[in-house]
Amino acid sequence: MNETTIEVSAPAPSPKRWGRRLYAWYLRSDALKGFTLLSPTLLVMGLTMLIPFGIMVTISFWAQIGFEFDTTFTLANYGEAVEQPLYRALLLRSLAISGTCAVVTVLVSYPMAYYVAFHVHKHKMTWIILMTVPFFTSYLLRVFAWKVILGYNGVINSGLKGLGLIEEPLAFLLYSPTAVVITLAHAWAAFAILPIYISLEKIDRSLLEAATDLGDGPVKRFLGVTLPLSMPGVIAATLMIFIPTVGDYVTPALVGGPDGIMIANLIQAQFGLVNNWPMGASLAIDMMVVVAVISLLYIWLTRKITEKIA
Amino acid sequence: MTEVAYIDRPSRALYFYAILYLGFLYIPVLFLPMFSFNDNIYIAFPLKGFTTKWYVEMFNNQPMWAALNNSLNVACVSAAIATLLGLFGAKAVTRYRIPGEKPIIFVIMLPMVVPYIIMGVALLILITQLGFDLSLYTVTMAHVLISVPFAMATLIARFEGFDQALEEASTDLGASPLSTFWRVTLPLVFPGVLASFLLCFTISFDEFIMAYFLAGTDPTLPIFIWSQLRFPLRLPGVLALGSLILVVSFVVVFFSHWLRSYRVEKTQPGI
Amino acid sequence: MTSNNDFVSLTDVSKHFGSVVAVDHLSFTISRGEFFSLLGPSGCGKTTLLRMLAGFESPTTGEIYIDGAPMSEVPPHHRPTNMVFQNYAIFPHLNVRANLAYGLRYDKIEKAEVGRRVEEALEMVKLPGFGNRRSNELSGGERQRVALARALIKRPKVLLLDEPLGALDKKLREEMQLELRALQESVGITFIFVTHDQEEALSLSTRIAVMTRGKALQVASPKDLYNHPVSVEVADFIGQMNFVEAQVMDVRNGEAVLDTTGLGKITAPASSDFVQKGANIIVAIRPEKLILSAERRSDGLGAVQGTIKTSAYLGDRDHFYVSVDGCEKPFAVAIAETGANSDQSLDRQSIVWLSWADESLILLPRD
Repeated sequence: MNETTIEVSAPAPSPKRWGRRLYAWYLRSDALKGFTLLSPTLLVMGLTMLIPFGIMVTISFWAQIGFEFDTTFTLANYGEAVEQPLYRALLLRSLAISGTCAVVTVLVSYPMAYYVAFHVHKHKMTWIILMTVPFFTSYLLRVFAWKVILGYNGVINSGLKGLGLIEEPLAFLLYSPTAVVITLAHAWAAFAILPIYISLEKIDRSLLEAATDLGDGPVKRFLGVTLPLSMPGVIAATLMIFIPTVGDYVTPALVGGPDGIMIANLIQAQFGLVNNWPMGASLAIDMMVVVAVISLLYIWLTRKITEKIA
Repeated sequence: MTEVAYIDRPSRALYFYAILYLGFLYIPVLFLPMFSFNDNIYIAFPLKGFTTKWYVEMFNNQPMWAALNNSLNVACVSAAIATLLGLFGAKAVTRYRIPGEKPIIFVIMLPMVVPYIIMGVALLILITQLGFDLSLYTVTMAHVLISVPFAMATLIARFEGFDQALEEASTDLGASPLSTFWRVTLPLVFPGVLASFLLCFTISFDEFIMAYFLAGTDPTLPIFIWSQLRFPLRLPGVLALGSLILVVSFVVVFFSHWLRSYRVEKTQPGI
Repeated sequence: MTSNNDFVSLTDVSKHFGSVVAVDHLSFTISRGEFFSLLGPSGCGKTTLLRMLAGFESPTTGEIYIDGAPMSEVPPHHRPTNMVFQNYAIFPHLNVRANLAYGLRYDKIEKAEVGRRVEEALEMVKLPGFGNRRSNELSGGERQRVALARALIKRPKVLLLDEPLGALDKKLREEMQLELRALQESVGITFIFVTHDQEEALSLSTRIAVMTRGKALQVASPKDLYNHPVSVEVADFIGQMNFVEAQVMDVRNGEAVLDTTGLGKITAPASSDFVQKGANIIVAIRPEKLILSAERRSDGLGAVQGTIKTSAYLGDRDHFYVSVDGCEKPFAVAIAETGANSDQSLDRQSIVWLSWADESLILLPRD
């Protein structure tokens, strides 16, 4: 190995030199380059999400008098949220409705996803498009369509009447929690099926063939291989339906009736007619915290169960 | 039938289930166009007769056109901004090692799991506290917020699908980072950019809750529709509008899927 | 200006990825016009080093000089290097001609000249008329040549090649090796070549740096590496080698008397510092330097008796594995098929004699 005799001239301290030094350091730092690129996105998201959240949390500790805020720190809003039976009941009802909706939707969508993942070989793309296109149409109108279907003079009732099967229209169809669940399930099915489909699609077919080779029949194969491996998709789908629907406002308003309104309607009222923004903020935070806790519990629980089955 | 591997044998039962499922998915939606041609001001059976007068009425509805215009503007602008931000973000995340990458991605993806009402509320508070007015600009901002996660997800998938070595090769051959982006990256991720734009456009165009909270005096189309839902007499016209939107959405989604598969063949050869 | 001997020079270059040390204090030089290989198993740091030369990674410490200029402040697109990537990285949205012409835009070359150079490059890699084809219309070997042409067309000072032949099948690989060698000699550019295939490195290079775990174990010509490895690791990595433990009994006049486990008392030429009286060392001998005979030879070569365990027929040579009392591993012996021994019938369980010349023995330090 030869000795190198390169002469490096002593650097003259000038702005240009510092600039080049900085540039060299910038080049060396992979992280810095990445960060600079990411910064606009991060900035926008940070500003529009974290700061409003911060403010919302702050307001929840205030009180509202007329159009002004009384900024003395108070836990009264949270106290009221917990104590008032109305708020509690509404929150519980919202969780129940969303939970039912999520479970029902996943159960109903799973076989469909399974079918496309395992039994469709030609035109897979067409099936996928057919499954998901409804999601891209107007949400409002889809909810409204159910209003039409379930209503007093709606499709089901006038149809059944026309066929002579019933005398009086079925009143329970519309303006009930059931209506909300059905409508939400229909609205979100297209969205939920994708994670399930993707995780089923990813399953290595040779695993199933190995299981068969070792003696497993179709049912055992499903329970032992397919189901556990598709759990991440199932979990994702459940949460993807549960979390947004808890805060849904449109569906309860259109098809829920007084028995079907959910917490989001109440929150909206706080910012509208009731004009108690701090209360609205604390209710919103309440809802978020509860949803987060339930979601984490759910993830933990399903992990445990999956480990047991497999 | 016998050419298919054992594992992949088709199942009759599931096939019927799938058809039923699709039926459940589409039939409610198909009622809308059906009643939009129905010559009856009330939306109920029995069907009275075919008419296009509701479409005519809709065409003459000035406020509707204004709302439609607003929605188109908001959707275009927010989709463009969200896609741009998603592009930078996706490139940064897939091509560089950033410390704290996981939490950062978590924060950016957060809007996907937070109910829109909460974000609407939070933004409402922020904007009013800052003293600004509610307007289409505030709606656009909110739509950018909820679209960026989708844009990033779409574009991250696209970036991961093409080899980083291509960009390195371009740099190695003398192209500055900007030049590489323009000559290599952009052409190759373009289908993703387009898909992201269409996705974000659709999300914004259809979004109601946050728009409702944050719009000022100019309504977007969903807000307009909502206001019409209280008036039973206006309903058929609304259905006509809805049916048209349905058809256009179908076309757009089919087009964007076709675009993705077509471009993939052209740009991802034999890898 | 630099002399020709240190055209590319690394001074104490290290690269850390978090707590992982990919490259560990490398210092060596590469001469102008060399075909220099970085050889080692995967994970040894050779690709990282190549990428640092190209500018895609920056050294954590140390400095890289190319033609006298320090590279730390030079971004990859300004460096006088070009790279042939492992998966070729042919731009799929451009045809071959556009691929080749891609980098010329930055050298500010006129259109006419660009066209001429592209045709010239296509001729050079034996792909005339391929200009309009696209990446998906080319075979692996053709893509490899396009990648080569695209890099060479810019006439870089140094060409970096990242295992370019790895994806080709054996026959094609051997053809391409010959072509690459010929190309390098005609073009005269310094090639820095990364590979894990030691046969490839031995056949192509003027010098090789054997690397492992980020360090350079030895930098030498193929011949020197093969015949005079400096450590057990290098000796074992290049070709096949037999090892025997030994203790130095005496050193006199450049000759060492060794007590070995298995070969008994032997003598070997010794010139290195570590061969001291009482030292524990390793004796190594190449399989083709061992002579196999049914009877003990009488020409005074060192000899030991053993039994054949297994054999392998490789077409042009036979490999015999002979187990000797006291040695754990059997000795590998390689005999050319047309050699003097080919008429002997040596099968399993035959008792044979292994002989060798003292000069064939290589002494290595125990780690």
